[in-house]
Amino acid sequence: MAATDTATRTPVPTTGPSGGATRRKGRLLGRNPLGLLFSAPYLVFVLLVFAYPLVYAFYIAFHDFFFAAPGAQVDRPFVGLDNFASALSDPAVIRSFGNVGVFLLINVPLTVVLSMVLATALNRVVHFRTFLRVSFYVPYVTASVAIVGVWLFLFGGSGLVNEILGPLAPDPSWLISETWAMPTIAIFVTWKQLGFYILLYLAALQAVPKELYESASTDGAGAIRSFFSVTVPGVRPATVLVLLISTVTGANLFTEPYLLTGGGGPNGASASPVLIMYQKGLQQGQPDVASAIGIVLVALVLIIALLQNRFAGERD
Amino acid sequence: MPRRSTIRVRDTLAETKTSRGQAVLRGVVLAIGAIVFLFPFYYMVIGSLQAEPDPTVAGAFPNPSNLTFDNYVAIDSRINLLTGLVNSGIFTAGVLIGTLVFGMLAGYALAQLQWRGRGFTFALALLVQIVPFQLLMIPLYVLIARDYGLSDNYLGMILPFFINSTAVIIFRQYFLQLPKELFEAARIDGASELVLLWRIAIPLVRPALITVVLLTFIGPWNEFLWPFLVTKDAALQPLAVSLANYISTVAASTANPFGATLAGAVVLAAPAVVLFIVFQRYFISTNIGSGVKG
Repeated sequence: MAATDTATRTPVPTTGPSGGATRRKGRLLGRNPLGLLFSAPYLVFVLLVFAYPLVYAFYIAFHDFFFAAPGAQVDRPFVGLDNFASALSDPAVIRSFGNVGVFLLINVPLTVVLSMVLATALNRVVHFRTFLRVSFYVPYVTASVAIVGVWLFLFGGSGLVNEILGPLAPDPSWLISETWAMPTIAIFVTWKQLGFYILLYLAALQAVPKELYESASTDGAGAIRSFFSVTVPGVRPATVLVLLISTVTGANLFTEPYLLTGGGGPNGASASPVLIMYQKGLQQGQPDVASAIGIVLVALVLIIALLQNRFAGERD
Repeated sequence: MPRRSTIRVRDTLAETKTSRGQAVLRGVVLAIGAIVFLFPFYYMVIGSLQAEPDPTVAGAFPNPSNLTFDNYVAIDSRINLLTGLVNSGIFTAGVLIGTLVFGMLAGYALAQLQWRGRGFTFALALLVQIVPFQLLMIPLYVLIARDYGLSDNYLGMILPFFINSTAVIIFRQYFLQLPKELFEAARIDGASELVLLWRIAIPLVRPALITVVLLTFIGPWNEFLWPFLVTKDAALQPLAVSLANYISTVAASTANPFGATLAGAVVLAAPAVVLFIVFQRYFISTNIGSGVKG
C-alpha cells in the first residue's frame, strides 16, 4: 500500500470548479465529456445485449416467428396474442408454472429464515470466524453442474441419504418421485445460494445500532426476544432485497431440473418454465411461443415482487 | 481514501456480555451449518476416488483398499478435461478482460467525471441487474447464434457477459471514495484522464480489483445455460457444459458413473473454490452488498 501512503501525504491544493473554466466548448456534454467516451463501450454493450433483445423479445412473442437461414427474407406476420394463447393452453406450460410456484414457496421462505439466522449467529461469533464464513460461501462460488453430481449420488435410490433414513426413505426415491422431485430441487437451490444471502444479511447487520440491543437487554429481553424485536425489523431492507433476488433467481430455474431430474421428470413434475422455453423454443423450433412464456413468467414475477414489497417493505 | 478498515466490514460487534447458553446455542447452529455446507464437498472428493461406488455410511470414510485415480482417467477419456478447462478459461478470461477494461472505465467515469448522461448510465447499470435472463434468452439466441452466426464461437459465448454490471457499480463505489482534489491537482499539472486512472486511481483501489476479479470469475466459470445453448461442438464447450452433457447422456454407459462424474465435478469446482479460499478476505459484505444494492 505504498501508493496509498504517498498519495495521502501529498498536500493537495483544493481547487474549485474553476479548474474546468477554460473548457467551455465541452459544456454541452458536461464538464468532462471524456466520461461519455469512457462509458461508451459499456453503453453500447447494454444496448446490444439488454435493451435491443428486450424489445426483440416482445416482437418475437407477437409475431409468427421461426428460425430461418441467416439473410433469408421471410414473412413473419403479426399474430397478436396467438403465441400467448397457445402457450397458456398447453398443460405442460401450466404445470411448469405450478412447479416453479411450489419451488418458490419452499425456497424463498427457507432462504430468508436460514440466511437471517445464520448471519446473526455468524455476526456474533468470535472463534473460527473465517473458517465458518468460507464454508458458508463455498457452495455459492461452486458451479451448479459440479454439485449436482454429488447430490445425484447422495439422493439416489440407494444413496447415502436413503441409507441413513433406512425404512423412512421415500419410495420412489427423492429425484424420481412426483411428490419429492420439486422440493428436493428447492432444498438444493436453497443450500447452494444461501451463502450469498448470508453475505447480504451480514452487511445489513452492521447497520443495526448496537444501542438497540443494549436497551433491549436492559429491558430484560433474551436472545430470542431481541432477535425478533431488534434484528428482524432492523434488517428489513435486506429482507426485501433477499425476497426479490431469490424470487427472480428462482424463476430462472433451469440447470437443476435439467440435470438433477433428467429434464424435469418424472412426468414433468419438476419441469420449470425456463426448461419448457428451452424445449419449445430451441428444440421444437417455436421461439415465438417460448418468448411468450418468458414474458408471462416475468409478468408473474413482477406481480409477486410487488406483493412482497407491499407486505415486507417499509411500513411508515 | 480506501482505508481498509472502513471499507471492510467490522464484522465483530463488540461482544456484549452474552450468557454461556447463548454462545453454546450459537456454536451448535453454526457447527451444524458448516457441516451441512462442507459435507457434500468432502463427499465429492471421496466419491471421486472410490474404485467401486460405496453409497453406504462406511463409504463416507476413506477406505484404502477402495481408492483409485481411475475415475479421473475415465472422465478424461469421455469429455477431455483439458479442452474443457481451456474453453472455460477462454470464456472466463474474455469476460474478465471486458469487465476489467471497460467496466473500470465506466466505473471511473461514473465516479470521478462530470458528463451529461452520467445519472442515466448509473440508473441503467442498476436496472440491467434485475432484467431476468429468461426474457433475454430467446432473443439473444436468435441474435447471437442465428443472425450473427456466433454459435460454436468464443465471441458468442462471451458477448452476453462481456461487461459485468455489478462490477461497474463496485468500481464506481470505490472510485467515489477517492478525494476529488487528488484528481483536480493532477489535472492542473496536465495529466490526461487515462494517466490519472492508470497511475493514481487504480493503485488506490487494488482491493476492489480483487473483489471484482473474484466475483466476475465465478459467473462465466460456473455458467451453464448460455454456453449450453450456443455450443454444440464438443471441442468448444466449457467444462460445465461438457460435464453436464456427460451427466445427462453418457453417464449410464460408464462402469462407475458416479466416480467419473464426481471426478469431473472436482476438476470443475477446484479452480473457483481455490481462488475463493485464497482471496476470501476480499469477498466481503460491503463490497458486494454495494454492488447489488447500488
